[in-house]
Amino acid sequence: MFEIVTRPIDAAAVTAAVADPTTGATCTFIGTTRDHNDGRAVTVLEYEAYPEMALAELGKIAAEAQRRWPIAKIAIVHRVGVVPIGEASVVIAVSSAHRVAAFEACHFAIDRLKEVVPIWKKEHFQGGEVWIGSQTGKRFED
Amino acid sequence: MTIRLRFFAALRERLKTSEATRDVPAGASPADVWSALCREHPELVPLSGSMSFAVNREYVDRLHCLHEGDELALIPPVSGG
Repeated sequence: MFEIVTRPIDAAAVTAAVADPTTGATCTFIGTTRDHNDGRAVTVLEYEAYPEMALAELGKIAAEAQRRWPIAKIAIVHRVGVVPIGEASVVIAVSSAHRVAAFEACHFAIDRLKEVVPIWKKEHFQGGEVWIGSQTGKRFED
Repeated sequence: MTIRLRFFAALRERLKTSEATRDVPAGASPADVWSALCREHPELVPLSGSMSFAVNREYVDRLHCLHEGDELALIPPVSGG
């Protein structure tokens, strides 16, 4: 399951998507919108995607995770549009036979998502708004 | 030749459009297109060092050779998650 959605994300459904009888561990990461950043009180966050490419990049992240760890299934869902404070902007679920692979692959997936997937976050705060720049300091070329 | 441009986030807001078509010389690169945009919109110059480029939904080097009908996306630093 790889999706870019405009509605609230059902973390239980994303987790259920990776259920597999061969696995003994499922790791679900839920990224939620925080009410402060950089010393500012954030009122709301807004996300924008290049959806066709973002979906392709999510698929590549999953394929790389599958290559590097013995995981069974991985699902990634990112929300776009206005996301009220405290709601999930991204949910990643990974299942594997044993826990270490699920933890590590899930950690890898969220880090990589933040580096490469063409999605942008705009922070609205009292008195203004700003597009958040690179959180990783990286720029991408093939 | 004609290519399609896609703009996102801060760039989309500054250019007040999310896409455009543009005629460019044969063999032009994303860097050439970006330089032309910066000449037309000098306020974009400060973004130059942080821009990435994708052609037909794949990241490419700024010197990648563009072809007729390509979709060139100008990608400001991403910040998903």
